[in-house]
Amino acid sequence: MKSKTIKVDYLARVEGEGALYVRIKNSQVVDVKLKIFEPPRFFEAFLRGRAFTEAPDITARICGICPIAYQMSAMHALEDAFGVVVDGQLRALRRLIYCGEWIESHTLHVYMLHAPDFLGYESAFHMAKDHAEIVQRGLQLKKAGNEIVTLLGGREIHPINVRVGGFYKVPTRRELAPLEERLKWARDAALETVRWTATLPFPEFELDYEFVALQHPDEYPFNEGRLVSNQGLDISVREYEDHFVEEHVPHSNALHSVLKQRGAYFVGPMARYSLNFEKLSPLVQEAARAAGLGAVCRNPFQSIVVRSVEVLHACDEALRLIAEYEMPDQPAVAMEPRAATGYGCTEAPRGILYHRYQLDDQGTILDARIIPPTSQNQKTIENDLRQFVPKHLDLPHETLTWQCEQTIRNYDPCISCATHFLKLHIERE
Amino acid sequence: MSRKRKPKLAVWKFASCDGCQLSLLDCEDELLAVAGELEIANFLEASRAVVKGPYDLSLVEGSITTPHDAERIHQVRRVSKHLVTIGACATAGGIQGLRNFKNVKEFTSIVYARPEYIETLNKSTPIADHVFVDFELRGCPISKHQLVEVISAFLHGRKPNTPPHSVCVECKLRGTVCVMVAHGTPCLGPVTQAGCGAICPSYHRGCYGCFGPKETPNTESLSGWWSHLGVQDQDILRVFRGFNACAEPFRKESEAHEK
Repeated sequence: MKSKTIKVDYLARVEGEGALYVRIKNSQVVDVKLKIFEPPRFFEAFLRGRAFTEAPDITARICGICPIAYQMSAMHALEDAFGVVVDGQLRALRRLIYCGEWIESHTLHVYMLHAPDFLGYESAFHMAKDHAEIVQRGLQLKKAGNEIVTLLGGREIHPINVRVGGFYKVPTRRELAPLEERLKWARDAALETVRWTATLPFPEFELDYEFVALQHPDEYPFNEGRLVSNQGLDISVREYEDHFVEEHVPHSNALHSVLKQRGAYFVGPMARYSLNFEKLSPLVQEAARAAGLGAVCRNPFQSIVVRSVEVLHACDEALRLIAEYEMPDQPAVAMEPRAATGYGCTEAPRGILYHRYQLDDQGTILDARIIPPTSQNQKTIENDLRQFVPKHLDLPHETLTWQCEQTIRNYDPCISCATHFLKLHIERE
Repeated sequence: MSRKRKPKLAVWKFASCDGCQLSLLDCEDELLAVAGELEIANFLEASRAVVKGPYDLSLVEGSITTPHDAERIHQVRRVSKHLVTIGACATAGGIQGLRNFKNVKEFTSIVYARPEYIETLNKSTPIADHVFVDFELRGCPISKHQLVEVISAFLHGRKPNTPPHSVCVECKLRGTVCVMVAHGTPCLGPVTQAGCGAICPSYHRGCYGCFGPKETPNTESLSGWWSHLGVQDQDILRVFRGFNACAEPFRKESEAHEK
């Protein structure tokens, strides 16, 4: 009887602390555990009793990589509770700052965390020794995203300028102007990134996933839309908890989210892209086609190309928003708190991020629910490993372990978010 | 000056959001230069290659919240020549320190269906409660400029230049009109340590204390001024009970407003 274990005690190039454990017996994978030992921080508990105005600043601290996503989902949920709609240029500025976060977060993953796997480097620092120009391009592209966030948000991590109803201060047209030159360069660099990632070696690996993402009638989704899937799901954000349920498993400090009666599903760039391809601009669609992608992508190893396509989209969209910008009269929409429950879901770089708040008539938070993208992908990541490992048992142990890590990194998992999430063991018997 | 070998840098994570270590990767213009001066020996967020210790400089992010981490920090100290904490979690216990004012069992049952699977300590504590810390860098998040300054200072064996004065000084330096005096906007600037560059007031917002208490902060007097501006006790309590809630002066001030 041949058995073995693949173990990675501390998964690298992911955000947060996790491990992998895979047990193989008679060439069959008998157990896969994506272990999350990132310590719990109890955000939903200490949000109780806080003022609604504090939610965007507090929930931003769940994740230093995608704080805007938390701020956006929180604000939309609270505005939903108070019956307020933020429209026009304030809405446009929200899209613009979200473009900045997508560019910064995706580029970090594409160049610093994921590309080294394809090229056989331990890190981007190692990769830079042979490919300095490529790594530099990545850093400068990431910086362009951070510049949007810094200009609109005050700083790149945990921005201070977004609030329920809008912003504390809105920029003048003139203040946005310097971004334009920078973003024109970034759009070219993003196009280069799409071309470059398309040349990376991808293992043959396609599965029939249920993709879940927001869908908006006119736009590639950021902040609004209905929740749809390629298997018939079509619901409003308010109905989220009727269709999705979180399970608590012993090996993880992150809750596993599943679709009722159907199980695992897939959120993030590949889901968004595959459900919303026709909403991308002609330039972006053409770049995706030229990179060899169809209108649907089912190979998670190609997510690096999809992420690059989304960076291109975000640069293009940011330029459009800046060109059409007119400074709004008021930096924020005023609102009156009322006793209500509000629901919000936006597209974080890693996928849908759901918030629900129950509030009293003073606007004090009575109850909060936050479901981050990585906990929604956890089960799908484990399923990928179950499918991937048996096909590659002939590989040397070290190579297989590395490829298992890469299989996980396909999802750009953010463990800090999911623990409200990663460690890797592979055991062969 | 040529060195015999490059100093070894390690980055460690405890309970945190990853934002402070991301600050290092956000040094887009300096990152490859830093990587040229130092051997990045242990930085799991960025590299799967781990070079064995001891390390010349360890940057520690996050607070201690689990029995396992309370052990692990001692191992980190043993392999580190210099240990620098980065950010409000490592330096003051962080936002997760809000559990210190409540019963953690109740917290666990609010978030998790099966609390018995969760292993956690009653309190979130800063690194200095457990081991000797050579230097504490403030901020939620830290300033990347201050981070580069600290790394550079330790490389050259000098004291980091991170002023302990208040955010007010930074507002004056950048020429921002005082939001509290001119607009009646409540601001924590007078009791909060500088370092962020006084961002909030420049966006017409009051400081909310990301960098924690300055040297000798007069929090009681500031609370009085907030009351004059019509801020309720409950909201004064909330603002001191933020990302640096467990830093002594902020903790005491919030408790003074507890009914």
